[in-house]
Amino acid sequence: MLDIRNLHVSINDKPILRGIDLTVRAGEVHAIMGPNGSGKSTLAHVLAGHEGYTVTAGEVRYLGRNLLELSPELRAREGIFLAFQYPVEIPGVANIYLLKAAVNALRQHRGEPELDAVDFLALVKDKLKLMGMDTDLLYRSVNEGFSGGEKKRNEILQMAVLEPRLALLDETDSGLDIDALKVVAGGVNAMRSPERAMVLVTHYQRLLNYIVPDQVHVLAQGRIALSGGRELALELENRGYGWVEAAAGPAGGGA
Amino acid sequence: MASSTVKLDELISQEYKHGFFTSVETDTVPRGLSEDVIRLISAKKGEPDFLLEWRLKAYRHWLTMAEPHWATVHHPAIDYQDITYYSAPKSRQDGPKSLDEVDPELLRTYEKLGVPLEERALLAGVAVDAVFDSVSVATTFKDKLAGLGIIFCSFSEAVREHPELVRQYLGSVVPYTDNFFASLNSAVFSDGSFCYIPPGVRCPMELSTYFRINARNTGQFERTLIIADKGAYVSYLEGCTAPMRDENQLHAAVVELIALEDAQIKYATVQNWYPGDKEGHGGIYNFVTKRGDCRGANSKISWTQVETGSAITWKYPSVILQGDNAVGEFYSVALTNHYQQADTGTKMIHLGKNTRSTILSKGISAGHGSNAYRGLVKVAKSAVGARNYTQCDSLLLGDRCAAHTFPYIEVKNPTARVEHEASTSRIGEDQLFYCQSRGIAPEDAVSMIVSGFCKEVFKELPMEFAVEAQKLLGVSLEGSIG
Ligand SMILES: Nc1ncnc2c1ncn2[C@@H]1O[C@H](COP(=O)(O)OP(=O)(O)OP(=O)(O)O)[C@@H](O)[C@H]1O
Ligand SMILES: [Mg+2]
Repeated sequence: MLDIRNLHVSINDKPILRGIDLTVRAGEVHAIMGPNGSGKSTLAHVLAGHEGYTVTAGEVRYLGRNLLELSPELRAREGIFLAFQYPVEIPGVANIYLLKAAVNALRQHRGEPELDAVDFLALVKDKLKLMGMDTDLLYRSVNEGFSGGEKKRNEILQMAVLEPRLALLDETDSGLDIDALKVVAGGVNAMRSPERAMVLVTHYQRLLNYIVPDQVHVLAQGRIALSGGRELALELENRGYGWVEAAAGPAGGGA
Repeated sequence: MASSTVKLDELISQEYKHGFFTSVETDTVPRGLSEDVIRLISAKKGEPDFLLEWRLKAYRHWLTMAEPHWATVHHPAIDYQDITYYSAPKSRQDGPKSLDEVDPELLRTYEKLGVPLEERALLAGVAVDAVFDSVSVATTFKDKLAGLGIIFCSFSEAVREHPELVRQYLGSVVPYTDNFFASLNSAVFSDGSFCYIPPGVRCPMELSTYFRINARNTGQFERTLIIADKGAYVSYLEGCTAPMRDENQLHAAVVELIALEDAQIKYATVQNWYPGDKEGHGGIYNFVTKRGDCRGANSKISWTQVETGSAITWKYPSVILQGDNAVGEFYSVALTNHYQQADTGTKMIHLGKNTRSTILSKGISAGHGSNAYRGLVKVAKSAVGARNYTQCDSLLLGDRCAAHTFPYIEVKNPTARVEHEASTSRIGEDQLFYCQSRGIAPEDAVSMIVSGFCKEVFKELPMEFAVEAQKLLGVSLEGSIG
């Protein structure tokens, strides 16, 4: 589904990603871990099409197409969803209004008719219950005044409503209390399917107790320094990142 | 960031969709202004002496005045002798009696603007008094209104048919000495709308006028006078749009509203005159004086405006709250894009006891646009228990536009309560990206955010006007913020 080859990315001429290789197949869940500043969010943003980053080398194929030539909104309409590490506030725009605009943009892209108000509301209420969220969050401005945990739940609510093919979750577990973590994990697990792939960025192996990944990767100094199974996360939790970074070689060095 | 600024620019650079030119023959007075020209205008319209005298007094007063320059707007000097002060569609001097008599070319023009006259009139039950250049060319629903004693006609017709009402109220809210542009208007106004609602009558439909500037070098000097007699109610809509052209055009209208005891007037405007091109060339100068007088106790006047057009907008729809318990309201959305400039706001003058006013101003600036809110809340000694609430919000799109707020408050009565709130926010790249990552195109994201920003004002517009206003903002902003 997703094929990343030798991806190099810089911000303002500063290299951040320095040769990422990653293959994600339909039905798989991949976890990406790694120290602060190693480039995890950068990778997620580049995949979602953020224009503040420059791809200096490499390619990304998504469902057989060159992903990098698509606008962010086209990527979303083609089934990519990014749950933001820092969800953005949009004052004055009701949460439900954004959701409806998004649903209809996706449906239009697929040649489906717009959902009418009744069907849309039924769909949203259903997912809202799944996420254990209050209805009034729908009518408040997007993320404005939401608590940290509410913002993260709201991201997963959007994902549940939009039903992406490839979900990128950037630290969706950060800032969640234990109960909320279970709810969010439940929401994510409910969406696992053979047609859908997920990439979870996380710092805590705890999330992986609930969402069991097929593979775990460690991003360090702009590269995938190590990949392994579920047990790699446990090892990282015990040993920290130092040994992986040492094995990956000095920052800024060649291959 | 550089690439996204470029993208933002492209989004902002939407061409003016109503830019076309209609070739209707016009009957034009020579350029320039003098007593002779004023006499000629007055004679062409067959006006009574009192009106000619009034025009001449205004002209003589205007000669003693200087063009004001206190607003935060900039424009090249206006040559008042290079303006044509009167033009009327030819061979239509009496005005058509029905739509069938209207120049088909003109009707097509309205259609291009998305204002199919007959359709609007029939479907929406709106009486449309369409103003083409300076003379009314179509008036509908008059019979139905006449049955209720409502007078709704062109200003010229009112002068002919109801000179006593015109004489009684003309200049009673905006005197001919009021300001430079109002004096000029008083001297040379050619036509406009007149409306009188008799005591106790609730006007059963929204009254609407479409203005359009067309003839080359023709300044537009509309004069509108609306009187709601005791206990009457009227909702009036004014909407306008103009064809594309090179030269700056002056538009100096005057609108006077008078609400007697227990009467209510709602006046809504959607203004979309040609704003000039992307580089700031051309466009309309819109220097308007709009003022309402809550003359009687318990009267109410509401101004709602959506201003997206014109190169320069200079207007302060105001309310004089004379009657006790009178209420004044001002709801405004002003949008400037490219090199547009707007200096707009309101004045609420509290004279009567327990008078209340509400001001809600939403300024949107994009491109190199500059947007100033200028508001005066004045509470006189006599205004015991007066209250005002002002909220003034600015939304910036991109980083080259500007927003200014100039609230002036003068309170002479200690029992008054005046509250002011203001905010400024910016549509950021991060908000656009967030929406895009949900599949929403940046243009749609911009209009979604802007609509959200404006919704409290749109709520005040009649339904079909709100839809139109929303569309207008979308068009004006395509390219500003997604
Ligand atoms: N706009 C920017 N300008 C300059 N440097 C940036 C910018 N955005 C990100 N960076 C840098 O890129 C590097 C990678 O950042 P990124 O957010 O991808 O890290 P991360 O792995 O997600 O970290 P965390 O675990 O803290 O979320 C960091 O050193 C960061 O400072
Ligand atoms: Mg991060």
